[in-house]
Amino acid sequence: MSPVLDERMLDFISHSDTQTRRLGARLAALLRGGEVICLEGELGTGKTCFAQGIGKGLGVEEPVVSPSFTLIREYATAPARPKFIHVDLYRLGEDDLPTLGLEDYMNPSCVVVIEWADRMGASTPEKRLEVRLRFVDDTKRGLTFVAYGEEHRRLLEAFRQSMFGAGEMGGKR
Amino acid sequence: MTLVLGIETSCDETGAAVVENGRRILSNVVASQIDLHKQYGGVFPEIASRQHILTIVPVIQQAMRDANVDWRHLDAIAVTYGPGLAGSLLVGVNVAKALAFAHDIPLVGVNHIEAHVYANWLVPTRPAPTDLGSAPPQPAEPPAPAPEPQFPLVALIVSGGHTELLLMTDHGQFKRLGATIDDAAGEAFDKVARLLGLGFPGGPAIQQAASRGSAEAFQFPRAWLKGTYDSSFSGLKTAVLRTVRKYEAKIGAPAADRKTKLVSSQTPPLMHTVPVPHIAASFQAAVVDVLVEKTRQAAEATKAKQVLLAGGVAANALLRKEMTARLAPVLVLVPPPALCTDNAAPIASLGYFRFMRGERAGRDLDVNPTLRLGVAPAP
Repeated sequence: MSPVLDERMLDFISHSDTQTRRLGARLAALLRGGEVICLEGELGTGKTCFAQGIGKGLGVEEPVVSPSFTLIREYATAPARPKFIHVDLYRLGEDDLPTLGLEDYMNPSCVVVIEWADRMGASTPEKRLEVRLRFVDDTKRGLTFVAYGEEHRRLLEAFRQSMFGAGEMGGKR
Repeated sequence: MTLVLGIETSCDETGAAVVENGRRILSNVVASQIDLHKQYGGVFPEIASRQHILTIVPVIQQAMRDANVDWRHLDAIAVTYGPGLAGSLLVGVNVAKALAFAHDIPLVGVNHIEAHVYANWLVPTRPAPTDLGSAPPQPAEPPAPAPEPQFPLVALIVSGGHTELLLMTDHGQFKRLGATIDDAAGEAFDKVARLLGLGFPGGPAIQQAASRGSAEAFQFPRAWLKGTYDSSFSGLKTAVLRTVRKYEAKIGAPAADRKTKLVSSQTPPLMHTVPVPHIAASFQAAVVDVLVEKTRQAAEATKAKQVLLAGGVAANALLRKEMTARLAPVLVLVPPPALCTDNAAPIASLGYFRFMRGERAGRDLDVNPTLRLGVAPAP
């Protein structure tokens, strides 16, 4: 139903919040640190669910909860895994970003997941994996992944293989 | 007589208070930043810490003046060292360390969430915290003897950043029974208030709008998460969003327009097109229903003698009313609304109990923005 659009894009329909979480965990298995994952989509499309899956996949033991109130939450992860940085820009405008200190986390020891990343405007990181979430019906959500930059393109390619088993890696992980 | 100065800067309120024997408030001063943050629909970290720097010293000075005490009278200084916003916490912790060092007074580090519960130990000697700059309060009335909380007790802490259910068997002895798995209750209030164009902070705004609506107008979902004491408000938020969208679709506002309306920080009131009071009332009822039922189950299972409410959302009138009615015969203690929101009196109260147990923080006390309950302060 949702064709592979090009090698920088991947489209997927999730049938439940559990599946959205599992997708996040699958992606997390491929993260090595330094990645920036930008989540876009209106309230209730599953951004926090997806972020929770990434946290779980990185080995965060405590519950990953919405960071809307504190804007940034930092989580300890499994040994040898990058730290999980969960950001929520829901309340912000573009002008507020320079004072947020987000760039402090953009390094190889962290995975940064940004909810409401479309609020970043001109400060949007050049290299990122964008995940656009949309409402389909009461239980279904559409997720479109778009990679920017070579590292993130390779990440998306690995994710595609882990999801669909296509390519030289083959099979399910 | 043991006097503790409490200092609170974990989020957007700068607070200082002097409390006697952990219970009697001699002074309680709060400089609120709420007007500064209204435009963001929430707290903006960088602005919050700058404002703390400006107000912390005058706030402490006024707390000392109001209480009519001198530095040499103080037995300890208690300060919030987490959880909260790093930049905000740093201001309070460093001022507290400097004062403790300069005046040679023991320092005690306090967990902000645990401190919220101690609002229930306080005996207010005046109705509300003093705002910075207001006239000095009249000499306090002799306090009415308030019942001291009895262990074991179940505490529900509900605020913008937290929804936690705790079992306390003694001072410093607690077990986390459950918490939100997504949005905090107060955060759900803020988000829905914004959706409905009601402004910030969401709690009072929803409560006011709800007073003109019917709680039965809409059947919003309750996430029961059976078998746990956890809560979830994300699905409820989505259900409210869908309802609002349905009404907007009926009036035929173009999609782009709707989007701007809903995401802009200056959301125009939707009163003419959407039954805002009914949605607010039905939403509020759903949140309260879940919180009360979870607390009731926890109190029953742990054979708690009492239930304590704490945190900003505990100021909600429906929550207070329903909790008291549905938990009977278990006694429900609710602090006065002014002690529910962030202020330093509960910090001083918890600081007192920690101080009496011999707990001291070193000069190397550091902030811990993600401090969890049960973590002791740095030795």
